Amino acid sequence: MIRVGDAAQAPEFPVAAKLALGNAQLRRNVRRATEIIRNKRATVVGEMPDWEDLREAGHHIKDHVLRHLDVYLEQFEDNCTRAGGHVHWARDADEANRIVIDLIQARHAREIIKVKTMTSDETRLNVALEAAGIIPYETDLADLIIQLGEDRPSHIVVPALHKNRAEIRELFQRTMKLETLGPEPEDLTNAARAFLREKFLRVNVGFSGANFAMADTGSVCVVESEGNGRMCVTLPKLLITLVGVEKIIPSFDDLEVFLQLLPRSATGERMNPYNSIWTGIRAGDGPQEFHVVLLDNGRTTVLADEASRETLDCIRCAACLNACPVYRQTGGHAYGSIYSGPIGAILTPQLQSMEHSTSLPYASTLCGACYEVCPVKINIPEILIHLRRRIVEEGSAPLGERLAMKAAAFTFGDSSRLSAAQKFARFAQRPFTDAGHISKLPGPLGAWTEARDLPAVPAESFRQWWAKRDRERSVGP
Amino acid sequence: MRISLFITCYNDTLFPETGKAVVRVLERLGHEVEFRSAQTCCGQMHDNTGYASEALSIMRQFVRVFDGAEVICIPSSSCVAMIREHYPKMADETGDAALRRQVDELLPRVFEFSELLVDRLGVTDVGAYYPHTVTLHTPCHALRSLHVRDQPMALLRSVRGLQLINLPRDDECCGFGGTFAVKNAGVSVAMLADKIESIRETKAEVCAATDNSCLMHIGGGLHRQQTGVRCMHLAEILATTEEAPVEQAPAAMPSGLPRGISESSRRPGGVPNAAAALGCPWGPGASAKE
Repeated sequence: MIRVGDAAQAPEFPVAAKLALGNAQLRRNVRRATEIIRNKRATVVGEMPDWEDLREAGHHIKDHVLRHLDVYLEQFEDNCTRAGGHVHWARDADEANRIVIDLIQARHAREIIKVKTMTSDETRLNVALEAAGIIPYETDLADLIIQLGEDRPSHIVVPALHKNRAEIRELFQRTMKLETLGPEPEDLTNAARAFLREKFLRVNVGFSGANFAMADTGSVCVVESEGNGRMCVTLPKLLITLVGVEKIIPSFDDLEVFLQLLPRSATGERMNPYNSIWTGIRAGDGPQEFHVVLLDNGRTTVLADEASRETLDCIRCAACLNACPVYRQTGGHAYGSIYSGPIGAILTPQLQSMEHSTSLPYASTLCGACYEVCPVKINIPEILIHLRRRIVEEGSAPLGERLAMKAAAFTFGDSSRLSAAQKFARFAQRPFTDAGHISKLPGPLGAWTEARDLPAVPAESFRQWWAKRDRERSVGP
Repeated sequence: MRISLFITCYNDTLFPETGKAVVRVLERLGHEVEFRSAQTCCGQMHDNTGYASEALSIMRQFVRVFDGAEVICIPSSSCVAMIREHYPKMADETGDAALRRQVDELLPRVFEFSELLVDRLGVTDVGAYYPHTVTLHTPCHALRSLHVRDQPMALLRSVRGLQLINLPRDDECCGFGGTFAVKNAGVSVAMLADKIESIRETKAEVCAATDNSCLMHIGGGLHRQQTGVRCMHLAEILATTEEAPVEQAPAAMPSGLPRGISESSRRPGGVPNAAAALGCPWGPGASAKE
């Protein structure tokens, strides 16, 4: 089954957003965190004279890969296999989870340590693992916070950004059963370190996602800040890596572009502290068994729509989340998907064949801030409009809206109709108008007047004024 | 120059004062203004909400109406962005090569109001006088599609008596977004609250912009909260001269409201002047004959 976390069961965006808007602590946390990352990003991007060229290059490489995905995927498989890896192909989330579970169970393992990966959240791997009696340990600090709190990620790069330090301290003390725990960042990281070290040294199966998979060498690349990922991909004997098919890049050399674009866009760092790149296996060093699971899960459906294909260019930097004025108000949970923010608003509905999450393409003012910061130049506003079109074409838009739009189009079809509509509005607004303002309207427009006034339609339209002026002029002074 | 005015549907209906102000400024600068009365809308609302076929028929009408116009002036940055960014694509989707050609011929002649003044006509000082503190909101489409931020700034800086105060966080959307304001009213209002906070930080009397759609949203909030800050389209400020002060609309909404003697007599330091209050450039005291 194709699945994006549990987005198919999520409430519509406006409903979920209302909950988030009512949570003052969450809004404070999200605002503070996004502002910090945004400013850091602006600084390190600003110092790059060739940033626009890099964006262009990133876009072109991704564009090229998507047009030749079949070739590059097979090339990756060949080269990875040659280097001693094993490549599996998964059509959807269930198939991917099954492959991973089978691999673990075949080695009679009961536990795995995980590097931060969004893709396994997409397939809901942890749920499937637990159902199979396997315990997954998230080792990324933020993912650990999410796991311990039985919470959901609210950001692609910083999944626990909705939590502040005080909340995390309380969570650690409770779930790690610590008698005392200090409030400083060092105290919290020390607690996490003690908790995780024991797992790193004991658990023999590692699991990761991939930021990039290079076709020409069959290598996989994971970037991170903590080094916990490095532990997971080097210490265990068995390593399993789940890779969305769109993560393929043609060659190792292309990392030159992406390893400049990604860290600056994602965390505002010039380079990630840890860049792990590995190719198959190496006798006596690191994992002795390496499996790659290539995941489709709706991606080829996205690929088939030329107008929105570039959605798959995404390198999951989350710069668009930090830049988005909607995300900054609501945080990620309102999007009902592990992919939140502007990219989530276009990715989630498409992966699910537009069957769910159809409120998401409307969760944007089309302000363009996302497109401006996107390191691979995904024109998110255009794709949002394209998806809105699809919703309208499929007849899924609300009836009232469809009728109103038809009526408006008819009105705009002829200027005499527009004049007549203006005249009618002047009459119809009377019961609602007070001193030139409308403060309460019935129906869907009531959503406007809940918190905002509307100007009343004035006595004379511009076109009436102009016509009058024309007449007066032709008569002459 | 003969300048054809595309007033836009909502300015025509809700903010006629903006159109009058544009006419006043352009005529004061010695240009001839025409208004092709068959015009209605650019199709932005339909296109942005996903109603492509409706948007297309509105676009065809626009292209027909403005056929042969020398220069088209539009006092709305989002409508200009719609025309510039979407019309070529929409024409391509029809497969109608003639339509695409017509759009290509049209585009270089389409200007946002401040763009026309500064970039095309090379004017920044239009002889305006407006002794008030003003902050400038930059609409997202002006900022990111048209790259029109410096032009209105330059125009405002040349207005005598005007004190321009920079708006903090002026690259943030006000939360309007067309149908977004209704479909996602909660988030929209939250974004508006931030915008109003920024505006109030400046302590300006007036919030100006190149687009009345943002101003309708911002002004709607400012008025509901009775802040006493008013919104004005850039053109209305530029239309104001010492001899012909603009009428004072009630606070916090773009002007263009039902007008009465009481309003025109509230003009700051002005003597009631019916013709000027009507925005008539040929009226006594106006400077059209310069």
